[in-house]
Amino acid sequence: MYPPTGCYGAPPQQQSYPTIPAHSTPAPHKAPITNSAHSANYYQSNHQQQQHHHQLPQHHVAPSQYSAPSSSVPPSQPHPTLHSSVPPPSNAQYNQQQHPPYATPGSYYGQQSYHSQQQQQQQQPNLVPAPAGGPGAPLYPIVSYPSAPGSSQYGTLSSSQSTSAPGVPPTQMGAPLHQYSTSRPAPTTAVQPGYSVAPTSQLGPTVNGQGSTVHQHYDQSHQASLSYDSYGRVTHSSGGADADRPPSGTPSTSVHSSPGHHQGVQYGYVANSGASSASATTSGPAAAPLSSSSEDDDDDEEEDEEAGGDTSSSSTGSASPVPNSYDSLEGGNYPDSMPPSNDMTNQAAPYGSYGYPSMEPAYQQGPASHTDSSPSHDLYSQSSYQQYSQPFPNLSQLSAALGGLSGVPELEVEALRPVNLLQERNLLPPRPLEAPEPNLSPDLKKVNCSPHTFRCTLTSIPQTQALLNKARLPLGLLLHPFRDLQQLPVITSNTIVRCRSCRTYINPFVTFLDQRRWKCNLCYRVNDVPDEFMYNPVTRSYGEPHKRPEVQNSTVEFIASSDYMLRPPQPAAYLFVLDVSHNAVEAGYLKYFCELLLDNLDKLPGDTRTRVGFLTFDNTIHFYNLQEGLSQPQMLVVSDIDDVFIPSHDSLMVNLKESKELVKDLLTSLPAMFSQSRETHSALGPALQAAFKLMSPTGGRVTVFQTQLPTLGAGALQSREDPNQRSSTKGVQHLGPATDFYKKLALDCSGQQIGVDLFLLSSQYADLASLSCISKYSAGSIFYYPSFHYIHNPAQLEKFQRDLERYFTRKIGFEAVMRIRCTKGLSIHTFHGNFFVRSTDLLSLANVNPDSAFAVQMSIEDSLADSSLACFQAALLYTSSKGKRRIRVHTLCLPVVNQLSDVYAGADVQAVTCLLANMAIDRSISSSLSDARDALVNAVVDLVSAYKSNVSNLQQSGLVVPAAMRLFPVYILSLLKQKALRTGTSTRLDERVFAMCEFKTQPLQQLMRMVHPDLYRLDNMSDQGALHLNDTVVPQPHLLHLSAERLSRDGAFLMDCGYVFYLWIGKCCSEVFIRDVLGCPNYASIPPNMSHIPELETPLSERVRAFLDWLQDNRAFSSMIHIVKDDASAKATFFQHLVEDRSESASSYYEFLQHIQQQMSK
Amino acid sequence: MMVLLLIIAFDELKTDYKNPIDQCNTLNPTVEKVKKIKRVKIALKLVLPEYLIHFFFCVMFFCAAEWLTLCLNLPLLAYHVWRYMSRPVMSCPGLYDPTTIMNADILAFCQKEGWCKLAFYLLSFFYYLYGMIYVLVSS
Repeated sequence: MYPPTGCYGAPPQQQSYPTIPAHSTPAPHKAPITNSAHSANYYQSNHQQQQHHHQLPQHHVAPSQYSAPSSSVPPSQPHPTLHSSVPPPSNAQYNQQQHPPYATPGSYYGQQSYHSQQQQQQQQPNLVPAPAGGPGAPLYPIVSYPSAPGSSQYGTLSSSQSTSAPGVPPTQMGAPLHQYSTSRPAPTTAVQPGYSVAPTSQLGPTVNGQGSTVHQHYDQSHQASLSYDSYGRVTHSSGGADADRPPSGTPSTSVHSSPGHHQGVQYGYVANSGASSASATTSGPAAAPLSSSSEDDDDDEEEDEEAGGDTSSSSTGSASPVPNSYDSLEGGNYPDSMPPSNDMTNQAAPYGSYGYPSMEPAYQQGPASHTDSSPSHDLYSQSSYQQYSQPFPNLSQLSAALGGLSGVPELEVEALRPVNLLQERNLLPPRPLEAPEPNLSPDLKKVNCSPHTFRCTLTSIPQTQALLNKARLPLGLLLHPFRDLQQLPVITSNTIVRCRSCRTYINPFVTFLDQRRWKCNLCYRVNDVPDEFMYNPVTRSYGEPHKRPEVQNSTVEFIASSDYMLRPPQPAAYLFVLDVSHNAVEAGYLKYFCELLLDNLDKLPGDTRTRVGFLTFDNTIHFYNLQEGLSQPQMLVVSDIDDVFIPSHDSLMVNLKESKELVKDLLTSLPAMFSQSRETHSALGPALQAAFKLMSPTGGRVTVFQTQLPTLGAGALQSREDPNQRSSTKGVQHLGPATDFYKKLALDCSGQQIGVDLFLLSSQYADLASLSCISKYSAGSIFYYPSFHYIHNPAQLEKFQRDLERYFTRKIGFEAVMRIRCTKGLSIHTFHGNFFVRSTDLLSLANVNPDSAFAVQMSIEDSLADSSLACFQAALLYTSSKGKRRIRVHTLCLPVVNQLSDVYAGADVQAVTCLLANMAIDRSISSSLSDARDALVNAVVDLVSAYKSNVSNLQQSGLVVPAAMRLFPVYILSLLKQKALRTGTSTRLDERVFAMCEFKTQPLQQLMRMVHPDLYRLDNMSDQGALHLNDTVVPQPHLLHLSAERLSRDGAFLMDCGYVFYLWIGKCCSEVFIRDVLGCPNYASIPPNMSHIPELETPLSERVRAFLDWLQDNRAFSSMIHIVKDDASAKATFFQHLVEDRSESASSYYEFLQHIQQQMSK
Repeated sequence: MMVLLLIIAFDELKTDYKNPIDQCNTLNPTVEKVKKIKRVKIALKLVLPEYLIHFFFCVMFFCAAEWLTLCLNLPLLAYHVWRYMSRPVMSCPGLYDPTTIMNADILAFCQKEGWCKLAFYLLSFFYYLYGMIYVLVSS
């Protein structure tokens, strides 16, 4: 009847209908329960109130947020989200069987949520507004979600119902409908009037209806979880839910009564799926009951919680993963109780049982929580669940748990909430966006790879390429494989257990069929567990292969045996190739390089075998003999640059330890040696050839410093940039290399395991497009300092010094290869980054450093229908600087979905943006810049129209996108305004090319900060929501949109652009701030080029610095800070990052949206 | 007319090397990757001879005043010229860039191109054969 059905339109739904009524019947039972449950609800509600108390205002706001500019904070949403969420989740996935269970839950939720509201109202008048969230649903229409109407009705109905006594009549209605044993219904109905007690008895019966006895039911469920797929699981959960309901808010179901009943049915799918997620969030109570019933659900819930993360609940969820449920429960942790709420989410996301052994514990938890929820129901617990119930104790725990629930599911729901971009203006979350959590069971979620290391654009993998095409989103991975890690399990073992056919490393997502066999999660081959693997070195026990660290951690490092070596590990070798032409001397980098290297000589990664060498060049090439025993370094000059030869083979690369004095000598004398150089030519090509020859025997790292266009010998380049074309809108020429000399040399280097890193410090055009090839294909990194001058450009100098320090001391891996494997059916389409592709899934990395990242485009070749999970494994084999061969393995596991709405719910907008950026860079080089820009705009158009036509059925004007992707247009607009891709604004070719290189190699977080900087207001930071780390308080100001209208003259704003912070001081900024933080008496006295925050003893200064330090944390390269005054010329650099505003050549955000809309209507 | 046969032989040879490329795509990448690299290299070397031979035949057709045949071959000749003009920047003769050949799109395109050419060469082979026999019989 309702739109939802129409939307889904899937035949299964129809089928499901009949079943639904049955479910609805259970609801009635529940209804009475609710009454009893009231007490429980109370707790929950109280708890919620407590938790959200301060948030409440936000809630109020939330409903209105669509229209009103007020800051709608996603996290706060619970109420609004619930309603909104209800519609979207795709119930369609579930089959008929599933539907029934779901349907009930859905109804439950709605009611429950309502219920809680009522309770809240009772308790606190103030809260009423929050419940208004229910009414809020009506507001919803603006949003125009198809399901929305249904939801709103639903909400209202439920409310009415709830208000009315959990009617006996309804229950009667339900009874007939009930599938369950006839005898049962009658009692239940009778009971209902009575409070909780009766319900409990009902529970028992309902359970029976599904399973023979409660006990059996559980057993079944257990089995089901192990063996069945998600569906089986779902059903179980539903059964469980029934049982649970009584204790919890289930009473709401009773509300369903006759009218409600129908509704419940109708909503069935929609409400359920959506409801599951949504309801879970709002209605702690409801969730709780459900949770008890289904273990799986519990797991899911936990997942959600983790995903949700924002609220208090989230933390708890993460804290207690499934397996130890009992302990945790006893401990009174949130998490356990949480699971119930998760059930809802589970429904939303059908990924049921993963056949994971750990299921059992979770299962057990369910019951436990169950008991919690219904503390008062002695009967209930006694009757069948005694075992389970006993552990659970007191109401307080319960309430806490319930309270925790509230936060979780919202995310799910929230992700699908349709957002009308033209009406909703406050899209940014208060805190920088986190990666969405895949919808997995908590077990899997707990062990899944960190999103910082391994991220997928779609955290729910579409089942088929057709579905992927329909979603119009790119599928790909963003990898940061060699990231600096705080902790990393290193495993030394004689045999590294791998799949015999696909060579996948054993990982947490494999299945142990029994003690001796495991099933590969990528190719599904069954392998034997070797004897050695039976022993667990961590626990020193035997026979527990699934407890081994390899199976407990998704990121592990193996010490590889000689099987993994082509040759013995080579010593770390570093060669520095320095430009000493006149231009370089002018720029003055040499002195700083030598100083920094001297300081960091002992910190160079390596061992006693570490070798270093130096080579300088202008129009000739100078080698330095540093052989131990010499009294001072010897310079050997090779002037034959057409046929470079190495003057002496064994004394140019020397052992650092043995020749340290000579090296120090050289470094101290080097700057002076060339200070009088008048040679303006640069023979970079021959110098690189010499470096290649010098390093060929061992491989290693070559660091090249170049300050001008190479003009001599092989690889000489011409200036290709026409300054008049810098701001052309027609397209940009010469983005590709002018010669393949550097590429070929890079490939040779790559073959000899030599990585070349390029530092370009030039004030003029140096053809980075050609030069960068030397690093691109040898897996090096590229640094560019435009207009570098040691006096005239102190900012660049400081950046250079900071970067260099990090560069010298960061980890390095040599002779690396990285292979990416993925579940059968997925295949790798394209790689992005710096490397040489040796095979379809193998990257050859001469060097690997902790600061470079990779992107991989994937395609789906075969349907993934036969598995509920898709896994990706990246294995990086490298030689450490200590001469050890190591393998770092990352494994990511994601659910497979067959519903478009689920795909959207799981979309990771940041990852999508980064992958699209990479693709756009490729396109602009292979085709043209304007092509690439069009492609980006089309990506937005496609997404919006695909979403409009496939998911949201409402014919609504405006741009509607799922909430998970609400920032997509902003990000794309930001991309279009980046140096790499912008047109119309004067951009030097080298800077553009460098920006492109950055896009290809920067890790996601860094890249996102560059693309879309974080803007905070600093002068009125409060301690609300502040983090307490150690003994410092780190305030957490809210993110602001990048628009000048968010700035005010009386404020101070911090913009975090990744590599640099801008602190913008308004003209009328309070003098207190200027004095306390900047140490200047007033605005006028702030020096124009201030680039540090003085360490003042004032509380304001401490807070600001604490916040800055916190932002700096975990950042590889420390960022500089620039103080920008409102009137300074530097203002332009600050304002160019305000991407939502119109610039002289680019449209504003609103104009961009209008443009999108026009494109759509074409 | 005997030249035609020769041509065909060469064409066959050309197509012969195409197949390995196609095959290696479908082969198990892990096992066959080494072979594949070699084959790509072979392919790189074979491109130019193919173009030259095709060009040579076109010239022969021109000399023999086989206008119809020439017309059939001109589009391919034009395509070859265009393809070679728009090849990636490289200092040595060649068409494929080893750094991008692994890109799925490019690989798929090269594969498709290979098959299309194979079909064209085969058809023209039979056409030439027919022409040769016709000439032999009629003379």
